[in-house]
This record gives sequence, C-alpha cells and structure tokens, in this order.
Amino acid sequence: MKETIKKLVEAFGPSGYEGTVRDLIRQAVEEEGLANGKGDEVRIDALGNLVVLKKGTGGGRKVMLAGHMDEIGVVVTHVDEKGFLRFGRMGGIRPLTLLGGRVRFADGTIGVVGAEKLEDRSKVPGLDKLFIDVGAKDKEACPVRVGDVAGFFRPFEDLGDRLVAKAMDDRIGCAVILQALRELKTVAHDVYFVFTVQEEVGLRGATTSGYGVAPDLALSVDVTTTGDTPEAHTMAVSLGNGPAIKVKDGGMLAHPGVKNWLIETAEANEIPYQLEVLEGGTTDARAIQTSRAGVPAGCVSIPCRYVHTPSEMVDYSDVTNAVKLLVAALSAPIELE
Amino acid sequence: MWLKELSEAVGVSGHEDEARQVIIKAITDQVDEYRVDSIGNVIALKKGDGSSDLKVMVAAHMDEVGFMISQIEESGLLRFFKVGGLDDRILPAKVVWIGDKKVPGVIGIKPVHLTEQGERKKPVKHDKLVIDIGASSKAEAEKLVQRGDYATFATQFVELDPEGKGWRTVRGKAFDDRAGCAVLIELLATQYPFDLYAVFTVQEELGLRGARVSAFAVAPDFAFTLECTGANEIPTPKDISPSTRLGHGPAITVMDRSFIADRRLVQLLIDTAEELDMPYQIKQPGVGGTDSGAIHRSREGVPSATVSVPGRYIHSPAAILSLDDLDHTVHLMRESLIKLGNW
Repeated sequence: MKETIKKLVEAFGPSGYEGTVRDLIRQAVEEEGLANGKGDEVRIDALGNLVVLKKGTGGGRKVMLAGHMDEIGVVVTHVDEKGFLRFGRMGGIRPLTLLGGRVRFADGTIGVVGAEKLEDRSKVPGLDKLFIDVGAKDKEACPVRVGDVAGFFRPFEDLGDRLVAKAMDDRIGCAVILQALRELKTVAHDVYFVFTVQEEVGLRGATTSGYGVAPDLALSVDVTTTGDTPEAHTMAVSLGNGPAIKVKDGGMLAHPGVKNWLIETAEANEIPYQLEVLEGGTTDARAIQTSRAGVPAGCVSIPCRYVHTPSEMVDYSDVTNAVKLLVAALSAPIELE
Repeated sequence: MWLKELSEAVGVSGHEDEARQVIIKAITDQVDEYRVDSIGNVIALKKGDGSSDLKVMVAAHMDEVGFMISQIEESGLLRFFKVGGLDDRILPAKVVWIGDKKVPGVIGIKPVHLTEQGERKKPVKHDKLVIDIGASSKAEAEKLVQRGDYATFATQFVELDPEGKGWRTVRGKAFDDRAGCAVLIELLATQYPFDLYAVFTVQEELGLRGARVSAFAVAPDFAFTLECTGANEIPTPKDISPSTRLGHGPAITVMDRSFIADRRLVQLLIDTAEELDMPYQIKQPGVGGTDSGAIHRSREGVPSATVSVPGRYIHSPAAILSLDDLDHTVHLMRESLIKLGNW
C-alpha cells in the first residue's frame, strides 16, 4: 500500500486540477479489475469526480465513501516585468509554511517562494509580501501565465512507522478508499467509492457527487489534526492510536448512528480507534449530509500532524487500521440506531 | 443595444421589477418562450437548430446593489441599511431614488464647517448616515416613503464620447450586471446549434440566490455567466496586477472565490478570442464571485465559465465601461457558443 501512497501524494493535483490523480486511481481500478463485476460502474461526472460503484448482491444499503483528490496550492495573479510571480490561495495555505519552499506547476516548472524585504522580522509576512521565482530572467522568458496553478513540491518519505509527504490531505484518504475497494468482497450493499474534486475550496465536488450518487449513508475519509506535538492545541487525537471516528468538526455533526456503528465495528473486530472532536475545519461529509433530503454521514479520519504544510505526517498503522475498519463495517448488515 | 435603459432601470436585489420589465421588452421577439420563476428570474428559451443535443445556460444578473429604508425618524430623516456590497466611504452626499415612485433623496452628512479635528480622516459608517428627502416630519415623510422601501443611486446614463472620437466609453450605475444583461440580450439575435437558456437572475448580490434555483430548474449541460467585473487602474507604486483593464477586451475567469472555471470552456474562449484576433484578458484570479459559483454546484455539477466586461468604479453611483469591450464580449460569446455546439 505504501507504493500507492507514494504515487498518489507525489502527483500534481491542486483544486480544479485533479486530472493526474484521477488517472492514477482510475488506472489502478481498471488494471487491477476492481470494478469488473456485474453492475459495477466507473464514471467521471461533470465536475471531475471519479465514481466507482461496486454493486452489491442486494438487500443492503447504498453507501458512499468519499475521499478528496485535490490538494491546497497557489494561483498566479501577476507576472511582473522581472519575471517574478505574485500569487493567491487555492485553499488554506499559510505564508509561514510557504517561505523558502518549492512549488511545481502543471507543466513541471519549479518555483521557489521568496519574500520582500521585511520591515519587521518578528512578524509573519502576509501573502502579498511573498513571490515565486521560477528562475526566469524577465517576464518574456517566464513560462508561467496569470491563472496558472501550482502545488507544493516535496518527495514522499517513509520513516518506518510514519510517513511524511505533501498532500497527505487527502491522498491518504484516497489510498485508504482504494485499498478498501481492493479488499472488500462483494457484499450486500451497493458501495460507491467516490474520489472527489475541489474539497479544499469549499466541498464542491462532494456537493455534486453527493447529489448524483444520492446515497442512503455516507462516510468521508480525510485527515484530522492531532494534539500530540509539543505545546499543541489541546486535542485528544494522537498518531498511532488508530483511525479517528468523527464526533464533530467545525462544519458538521456526525450522525450519532453512523458514529456508533463505526465504534461498534471497531470494538467487535478489535481495531484500535479514537474519537475525533475537531474544532476547526470540515470535510466532504458535511456537503453530502445536506444533499437532497439529507444523508446520515460520518467520517473515518486519519490523524495527521502538520496539516496544510508541505510535510504532513501520518502513522502507517492508522492507515491500515482505517482500511480494516471500513472493510469490516461494510461487510456486515448496517443498522443505524 | 439596451444598456442605457438597463442601467437607468431600478432593480435592487429582491425588487428587480423595473429591470425585469426592460429585459422582457427586449427579449420578447427574440426567444421562443420565456417565464418568470417563483423568485423572479427570467428564464428564456431560444431553441436551437436541432444539430446539437446540448442544453446550455447563459446567465446574467439583473439586480444591483442599493439600500433599504429601515426607519423613519421623527424628524423625517430616513435610516437605511445596505443591500449588497457597498463601501461606506462612497456613500455621503450621493443622490438616491427611493421606492417605485423614485422619490429623490440625498445621503446626508454634516458640512465640513462643523467637523472637528481628525473627524474627516475617518469614514462615516452607514448606520450613522441618513437619507434626506427634505421632509420636515415623520408624518410628511410617510406620505412618500415606507419602511422597507428600496433605494438606489440616482444616476443618468452618459455617453462619454458622444462625438465618436474613438474611446467609446459610457458612465452609469448598475453596469454590474446590466452590462452582462445587455450582452445576453444581444446574443439572443442568433440561433445556436443547441437550446440556449438565457437566464436573467435575481439576488446575485446577496449570495447568488437566483442563479441557484434557476440552474436547478434548467439543469444545463454547460453554463456561462456574463458579468461586469472591477477594473482597478488607479496607479500603484508597486508592479502588481490590476484586476482587469478597461479596453483590453473581455475578461475570462480562471478562478475566483466562488468557483474554478471549467478548463475546457476557458480554453474554448481563449482559442476563439485568438482566432478572432480579439483582445482578451485573464481576470486576476482569486477575487470576486459570480453566478457560476452557484450554477456549477447545481445537481450533479455543471461545467461553467464566466466572461466579464471590465468596469471601473462598480458598486458606486458612477461606473465607466468601454463599449468596445462590450461589443467584443458579445462577439466572443456568440462565436464560442457556436463552436460549443460542435463539441
């Protein structure tokens, strides 16, 4: 599974530009014959969400699993006469973690993030004080145009138990869902494995795919923050303690029945888990939950340190346990209390 | 060209009646059918020639920013709140029309003689301002104005180059987005390969509300939004981008706060502009939002794009735009739609 993770996290895919990631996942689904059963389906919707249906034997529910393919990035707003680029946000990037880093554009162009002379070095500069230098000698020679998009550029590192990369948010969720698709036998439920677009800019892909799939029940698989680093914001989630079952986040309340179903599954199968109460941020399940006439929704979250930086860290056992939890949950009848 | 009538029509978000009347008058003979939906959107169908099965929606919003009277004081002065995004700094001393009868008023502020040291350096918040219709008591004022009446800037449309010397600019209110409405009306003179739904939306300025419900009703395969977007060319000491520039052609959105444009549609627009050898510009990414923000999220998703006529000083009593930009926008959209029919 680490090989899949490495491929996915290193791929280019800021919001709206998920094509490479989508191709990788679709290729895996097709080459490995993961959706070749009777009634199975692979389609891409109007906004670019990849929807893989693993048809059930009947009598079950229509379950949607969502993980988002997009990552945060930057968009070029201006190319100055000397060939330096000014840029804006695609999702929640922060100046503090950009400075000195590298970004990559769709065509492979690499840029370095630099800063203007700072009046006060004790303060984090705003985005308007930063620029990207792609090494062009002037505007004419600059290969980048206004409107071009870039993502962080960092290799994947396997530290043993722990993995570090850009875009763990949420390629790790994509990897977990893909792995669940690999491991799940045909069950009673119709399971929709949905790889969404544009989560980081407002859950947009989940909004439309939630409408399109119209599930009875939905789960997001996304990262969540932790409280286990020095002087961290207090949060009872730690790396390595198991996948986190969401209770609530900044945008949604998990359906209590969904939450309990996941807890009972984890306990019955002796899968470690922890409960997630995230104060800020939200994920695709929020949009799916309010789709059409409403959908009971919850989340299996992967604890992740340094979210929205170029070096997001997860624990591999949390990842494999998240797969186990999903497979176990979907392999039995689902009764929500 | 209907820009003058459209610009002078009153149509603050939620009360777009006069703008809607102008639009209906303009399109009646150009479309196969039209209807006004439950919240006031005008949804018009121009049937295609039958060669394409696509259903394409083109939207422009008919509402404009303005005010609503919230309180009539004993003195006859009117308190108000803002409808849509207005900068408090531009409000004082502006002349407004209130209600359907266009009662004239002025946004009052105390004269310079009575201001104290430092006071003039701070903008006055809108809730400290009043609209004055010259009435001397609440009873008098109530003969003309009711609580809940809308108000808008009292601005006549002006051609700034009446002798045709070549710069072809005009000044007026509500170009955002009556300019888009004017472009959309022009587009209806042509028949396209597909059924074209021209939708004149309401309440965009309050959160894309008309677009949201009309996109759900139309359920298009593709959508375009026609807008008037801010051009900021006031000189700055730093080499930074203006959002858009007047006279530099239609502005194509790649991404703004509300949506990421469909890349195929953006490429279609760029290719078409280049084939026509027409000026165009990429709008500075990341700022603003348009009806596409709601349309692209409708139902199972709708690939969408936004094309804008640049306008200086929008959301003020006096915006300026270039008729060349407007003509180019019509031309670009017409040709792009014809090409889209061959996809």
